[in-house]
Amino acid sequence: MPELLQIEHIRKTFPGVIALDDVSFTVATGEIHTILGENGAGKSTLMNVLTGLYHPDSGKMCLDGTEVHFTSPRDSLACGIGMVHQHFMLVPAHSVFENILLALDKVPLLYNRKQYQQKIQKIIDTFELDLDLDTEVWKLSIGAQQWIELIKLLLRDCRLLILDEPTAVLTPQETDRLFRVLRLLQEQGKSIIFISHKMREVVEISDRVTVLKKGRSISTLDRGSFDREILAGLMIGQDKIPEWQKNLQMSENIVLDIRNLSVRNDRGLADLDQVSLQLKEGEILGIAGIAGNGQKALAEALTGLKPVTRGKIFAGEVDITHSTARSSYISGIAHIPEDRKSIGIAPDLDVADNLIMKSYKNPLFRRGFFQNRGAIRRNAEDKVSRFAIKTGPDGSPVRYLSGGNIQKVIIARELSENPRVLVALYPTRGLDIGSAEYIHKVIVEGAGRGMSTILIAEDLDELLKLSDRIAVMFRGRIIGYADPRRTTREEIGLMMSGERQDQAS
Amino acid sequence: MKLVIERRDTSSTLMRFAAPVASIFVALAFAGFLLLAAGINPLEAYREILIEAVGSTYGLSETLVKATPLILAGLGVSIAFRMQIWNIGAEGQIYIGAMGATWVALFSGLENHWMLMITMFSAAFICGGLWAGVAGFLRARWSVNEVIVTLLMNYIAILLVDYLVYGPWRDPQGFNFPLTAQFADAARFASFFDTRLHSGFFLALVFALLLYLFMERTVWGYQIKVIGSNPQAARYAGMRTGQAVFWVLFLSGAIAGVAGFSEVAGLQYRLQHGLSPGYGYTAIIIAWLARRSAIGVVIVSLLMGILLVGGDSLQMLWQLPIAFVYAFQGLILFFLLGSDFFIQYRLKLIRGIRHG
Repeated sequence: MPELLQIEHIRKTFPGVIALDDVSFTVATGEIHTILGENGAGKSTLMNVLTGLYHPDSGKMCLDGTEVHFTSPRDSLACGIGMVHQHFMLVPAHSVFENILLALDKVPLLYNRKQYQQKIQKIIDTFELDLDLDTEVWKLSIGAQQWIELIKLLLRDCRLLILDEPTAVLTPQETDRLFRVLRLLQEQGKSIIFISHKMREVVEISDRVTVLKKGRSISTLDRGSFDREILAGLMIGQDKIPEWQKNLQMSENIVLDIRNLSVRNDRGLADLDQVSLQLKEGEILGIAGIAGNGQKALAEALTGLKPVTRGKIFAGEVDITHSTARSSYISGIAHIPEDRKSIGIAPDLDVADNLIMKSYKNPLFRRGFFQNRGAIRRNAEDKVSRFAIKTGPDGSPVRYLSGGNIQKVIIARELSENPRVLVALYPTRGLDIGSAEYIHKVIVEGAGRGMSTILIAEDLDELLKLSDRIAVMFRGRIIGYADPRRTTREEIGLMMSGERQDQAS
Repeated sequence: MKLVIERRDTSSTLMRFAAPVASIFVALAFAGFLLLAAGINPLEAYREILIEAVGSTYGLSETLVKATPLILAGLGVSIAFRMQIWNIGAEGQIYIGAMGATWVALFSGLENHWMLMITMFSAAFICGGLWAGVAGFLRARWSVNEVIVTLLMNYIAILLVDYLVYGPWRDPQGFNFPLTAQFADAARFASFFDTRLHSGFFLALVFALLLYLFMERTVWGYQIKVIGSNPQAARYAGMRTGQAVFWVLFLSGAIAGVAGFSEVAGLQYRLQHGLSPGYGYTAIIIAWLARRSAIGVVIVSLLMGILLVGGDSLQMLWQLPIAFVYAFQGLILFFLLGSDFFIQYRLKLIRGIRHG
């Protein structure tokens, strides 16, 4: 296969940080090439270099054998390199057609609507995408929104598509469809750079895999010469992913008792519809479901962020149905929020201040009205070393930390007071294997100490690996339970799409 | 070759100090052209401004006098800014604070100096606080935009004071001027060195120190920082953001109210029409330029004081119209705000060879 893109010894530094040290790899025409690496390994920086957002300090980038210098994303697009970002760039209130049109260059003032529609429709038909041009974007599923981003790039005749963790937001079924489309694109001679953390997918789809570690490309493997263990080993320097021992002798103590819980959203519709569930001491209860089927409402109701419309929540004997986040926390419920950056941290404050965000009123950290800065600093030093958080220079804002380290800050804070219940929403989303493993370890070790966890996740492998029991949610209800020792991914996938199929309870 | 704008990954410390200084010089250069056009040697004029504003006891004291209400109001505005609350109403809060202090001075019947000082201070503090607290309550309860409420309440405050000084509180011996009777000596600040410099300036410095400690060392300051950085995270951590919004606006208005107290007790000795020539609005710019830090507020206020006093002398010496002084101030602010850009971004020249 002829090489389309050649990257040679790219280096990019930021003040005080070497983001990319020495990265070299090539992408052939019609190849699906995966870039694999932990958070902070330099994947995002590399993609930003490829798309012209950053300028490398040194190194060469060749397209079709000619050296190129991009000064902006416009340049890279003009050369046929396009990217689907993790966060979509769409206008929710506008129709699919309008959104696509917006992304096109040189649309004349008076354009021929029909001609453009036909062009787009042709792409939709070729790839058998299920997309109606006149629907407003907000009505579409995340998967369908992703198609729009892809179509935008195809209309611009991109030859190299970069997909940044495209499956992070998709259900297993949607992922399968995406892969079918990627293979079709491959047949048409398009090259694809695929970024993902999910080993199963990487192994399934990639022609070649380049592993990034600490800003260096440490190796490139061809299809057939890699499997999950080998890749994970290269990434985290460990040969085998440890299997956790499930907690088989669970206590019969009920720590959390949810009875007929209903929550309505801002539009008055039921986000949570008569959900009952019981959590035993030391149990890890996995909750599976396609995003938007009530998992978030459940977590918010449990942590006091959303008012309960009907029903009751008991923590042990205490009724915590109507309480703010503060008193819930005191009752022993810790919470790892879904969107760590937008609600988990105060981005402008430093690590020390973020670590005490929930316990700042604790006598340990204050002397009367004054904060005990010494104790706060010591607490930070202790947590940073215990949870292996990589921080910047003292006092630098948390927003400069990588996603994995931000998550560690949140977990260090949430688990610091030995909570009885942990409500974790997508705790490993977007994290590299190393950080994800670490978080799994924390949850399982917590269970050993008697902490119960409600684990809401989209990665079925993760749920199957950690959970003692899996509840599947569909349209605000628990549609059934599955026993992780006996069930399969397919079975849970079917339940997620609404097929009722009780197995165990 | 191509010039591109690049966001700095961390704001440069050097730039944070160098940019404002450089921008002042650029503004001086620009204003120099205006002076030249008016037939005045700019260097001479600048020397004059400096001498007038800091080169003599009188000039220096006047600069500090002008800086006093600016420091207090600036501190008030900046504490709300820390929580991403925009208090545009310091002007009105100054008036209402002055009104409260005046009521105590004229009608409370107190005669002891310290009793009067403490009561006048408290009255100004509470009046200014409650005035801004209205906006805080509306914001916390019904998410009413505090910018609009605080801004519109300025008009109410100024007209309310006008009503009092034109009407019920007017000095019978005042020849029908819109002002109240003069305060008794016991209701006045001490003044120093035979100048107009009064205790209010030191009160302002004490407030700057207190506010610094409040923000950096206390549990409440911590809450304000968390809420300001990310209100959602604060809610998630169990902080009562609504209450905090009210109290921060209360405090913000209260400190601006103290500025009003300092003006009537230290300088004007009475309540009068137009007692603040827009200090409350300048305070917004000060708080912004000071990047919300208490020490920064003091420094920027002193700079503003120099501009105000020096500008006066330009008027007197060269018969420059007042409009020139405003233009001059405007230029400085314009370049100062513009320099913000260089703290967060940098310009970079790159060779742009494109293929494809």
